[in-house]
Order: sequence, then C-alpha cells, then structure tokens
Amino acid sequence: MRKWIYWLVAIAALAGLQASLKGLIGAYNYQIVILVGINIILAVSLNLINGVTGQFSIGHAGFYAVGAYASASVVFYGGPSIRAAVAFLPAMAQDGVLLLMGSFAAAITAGLAGLAVGIPSLRLRGDYLAIVTLGFGEIIRVLILNLDVIGGSRGFSGIPQLSNFFWVYLAVLITIISIHNLVHSSYGRAFVSVRDDEIAAEAMGVDTTRIKVMSFVISSMFAGIAGSLFGHYTMYLHPNSFLFTTSFNIIIMIVIGGLGSIEGAVLGAILITIILEVFREFGAMRLVNFSILLVLIMLYRPQGLLGTWTLFKKRDRAAPAN
Amino acid sequence: MPKTMLELKIVSSSYGAIEALKGVSLRIEQGEIVTLIGANGAGKSTTLRSITGLVPPVSGDILFEGQRLNALPTHKIVALGISMAPEGRAIFANLTVAENLELGAYLQPDAAQNERQMDRVITLFPRLAERWRQQGGTLSGGEQQMLAIGRALMSRPRLLLLDEPSLGLAPLLVHTIFAAIDAINKEGTTILLVEQNANAALKHSHRAYVLETGSIVMEGPSQQLANDPRVREAYLGEK
Repeated sequence: MRKWIYWLVAIAALAGLQASLKGLIGAYNYQIVILVGINIILAVSLNLINGVTGQFSIGHAGFYAVGAYASASVVFYGGPSIRAAVAFLPAMAQDGVLLLMGSFAAAITAGLAGLAVGIPSLRLRGDYLAIVTLGFGEIIRVLILNLDVIGGSRGFSGIPQLSNFFWVYLAVLITIISIHNLVHSSYGRAFVSVRDDEIAAEAMGVDTTRIKVMSFVISSMFAGIAGSLFGHYTMYLHPNSFLFTTSFNIIIMIVIGGLGSIEGAVLGAILITIILEVFREFGAMRLVNFSILLVLIMLYRPQGLLGTWTLFKKRDRAAPAN
Repeated sequence: MPKTMLELKIVSSSYGAIEALKGVSLRIEQGEIVTLIGANGAGKSTTLRSITGLVPPVSGDILFEGQRLNALPTHKIVALGISMAPEGRAIFANLTVAENLELGAYLQPDAAQNERQMDRVITLFPRLAERWRQQGGTLSGGEQQMLAIGRALMSRPRLLLLDEPSLGLAPLLVHTIFAAIDAINKEGTTILLVEQNANAALKHSHRAYVLETGSIVMEGPSQQLANDPRVREAYLGEK
C-alpha cells in the first residue's frame, strides 16, 4: 500500500516538473537533462552485465539502436491506426499509449537481440566476448544503414515526439528500482556469484550459462527502452548515433562511477553527459580533454568514484546469537 | 549391506591431450567418510571435478544412487544432492558471509529449512557468526575454509565433496576443520575427502584410496592403510 503512495508521489512530482522544468532552466538545459536520463538508463542496464555479472560487453549501443528503431517503426507505421483505436482519449494520453507501445516493442526486440547475442557467446570469456559484442553493435549499425524502410543512411525522420522529461524519468525510476531489486534478491545474488567465481557458482547449483544470458536479455531490454525514449525525443534517428563510441561512453560511465554499483552508474552517467557538454567549447580539443580527465580519475580513483559504496543498507538476516 | 551412494566405474578424464585419470574405479557407501590421498598431480582433484561435471569424463561411468552423472552439467548434479567445497575455497569475495551461505542454499526454496540449516552451520563454525557481515574476501584462510564447507552444507547435501580442506591452514585450524568433518558425518552426511595431509585424512576416515598418476594403486580401510609400510613411507613421511 505504501509502495503505491510512493509511486503516486513520484509520478505527481515528475508531472509537476514536466510542466515547469523547461521554463525554469531553458530548452538547452532541458535537453541535457533528458539526455542524462537516457544515459542513466543505459549505464544502469549495462552495469548489470559488466559490473554485476562480470561479463564484458562493448556492444550496448547495438541494443540501444535496436530499441530506438523498433519503437520508431512501430509508431511511425502503426501510429495512425493505434491513434484511431484510442481516439476517445485526450491527445496527451494518446501520445502516452503510443510511447508505451513503442517502448514495449523496443524492449521485446532488444531483449530478443540480447538473447541472440547471449546464447552463442556464453562459451566466450573476457576479451572474446567483448569482441563478439563489439561486432554485434557494428552489424546492427550496418544493417540499419542498408535498410531503406527505416531510412537507411538518410536517417529515420518524421518520428513523432512523444517522450519528455516525465516519461524519461519515469523510465529511469523503473530501471533503477527493477535492477536494484533484482540484484538484491536471492536470484540476483547468483549474478554476483558468477562474477566472483564461476566454478563456485556452478557448485552452488547456479546455472551460470542461464544467468549470463539473463543478464544480457534484461540489460538489453532496458537499453531498448532507452533507445525508444531517445528516438521519440529527438524525432530523428541516424546510425551515427549508435557508433561504437556510444558503447564506450556507456562503459566509461559505469567505470568512472564504480563498476558494479548502481549509484555509481547513475553518478557516472550524470557526470559524463555533463562533462561532454561542458567540454563542447573546447572544439577539437574536446575529446583530448575528456581523455585526460578519464586518465586522471583512473590514476587517483581506480575503483571508480563511488567504488562499492551503496546508499542502501544490506538487508541481511541478523547474525544468529550463539 | 550398506547402500552404495557413489560409484565410479573405470573413469578416465583428460585436460586436452593430457590424461589425468586412467580408469579410476571407486565406491562410496552411505554414511562413510572416504578419503582420496596421493601426491600433487595424482588426479585427486580431477576425480572430484569429474564427479561434479566440471571436467566431464571421457569414458567410464559415474553413478550417484544409481543415476548416471556423466552427461549432466554441474548445477544439475548439485541439484541431485551432491555438494562441493572447491579447492582453494572459492569464496565469493565481494559477498558477505551471510550472503555466501544464502547462495549455498540457492536451489533450496524452503526458507524455514534454510534458516535451520544456517543455524546448524553456525553451531558447527561459531566463528562465522562473528564475521557475519564481513565480506568473504576479508576472512582469514581458516575462516574462508569454514565458510566454504558451511556454504556447501547449505544445500543439505547427501554427499559432500571436500577438496583439500586443510590446504595452507595452521595446525590448530586443521584440527578444527577435521573435527567439523567428523561432526558433519555423524549427522548423516556421506563425505568424499580429497587430501594431501594423508596423516589426518586417514585418521578421520573409514576407507581410503591411494591415487598415483591417475590410477588407484591401493585401497582399504583407513586404519589398515595407515599401518601399511608402503603408505607410511610414501605418504606419512616415515622410513
């Protein structure tokens, strides 16, 4: 019951901010806030694979792209008939329904892509898995470049703008809470066990293969939702938004924040997004400065800014009196 | 006639081209502590790894209560009632003692039973309760070994496999660990113990097998092997 009250309060707060935020901080800052939210979803979801389960994926942009294009296609081609079906609703609610359907399609397709990448790559470890995921990301991008029905190299334009601060941050909340609850459940502990010691995990009866695939599927689904929100905010998608540098930026976010920590992923996403914006005025030197900053952080804080620090107390069973 | 719990029939296993086990046959009856002794590289750990499916055997049969284990993946074997404390302890370093134990009960859905089992583990190793919220990686070697055994017990196995539980421990701790092994066995768990410390292993077991370069060269009641001049010379350091 109390849970529902919290959710109602959160939704009301988001709606309130939605109504006032743009006026308060201006369109440019508003856009950065949106971008921060999308990057939080990407970082927190990638953290499930790279930080929690200890696998190494550098193809997150691929799942992000799959979600973005899937959602855009559903809304672009199916939009009119969906709108007709819910014509009795006010325009804003129609937008919401469309976005939810798009995000749903995005989550499903990206999840399937995660399954498709996860199953064959289970046998691979470390560097080899990284190469496969990198390859996957590039394959997706090249595939999109050559699919004319979704714009190909011209880019996909004419996507209706449906997402906004409210939807992005609602998704941020849902992502953080779901992944937090997953990681701290007894099922989720199996993900950590795979990272710490795969053989011992097997010896506990953990199906490590299944856990790895699950981490890919769950993570990809959230990346897909991030893609959907992105496409329906910018109203235009181009394969160049999903270059492998995008994947690397997400990795940087979680490493800077503290690999394995959800709070770290959130902090990393906020910092990196803002730093990349602030450094824009350096022009060509932007990425050089960015790299220097990363090197410095890794030199002085190799465990990430937050390390394994956590906001939440562990809910362990109390030590037995003896 | 005691019931046979685990039986290996002419099992061979290899790592790539290297044959680590050359037709090993052994048998464990219900309620026993059976120990497997031998020098480094004799194939002791490989035997355990073959039983648990980590190194699937190339030929031969492994039967647990009559069921063939050969083709099963490790987590399915664990589900049948076999549990292993792997060599080198393999503690989940970033999880607390409590979480390590909870993971041991990963396949056991009954929370109340798990609580009771956890109490049993704590009774066996009171030290673990003192370290309850500490991360596994920060424990001492002896405490990690207690945790590894405790964690393996959490799935309430009928057969417990211990891989070198005394490795690298101070003599006093070796004593504690072996006392715990005896206690676990008295409560009804069958144990297969792989050890380099032949002295202690023979003292705390019913029957023993001696492995040399992948083959069983001797077997018999532990008492008898402990008095065998060949064993005394090769494994107990006597002339």
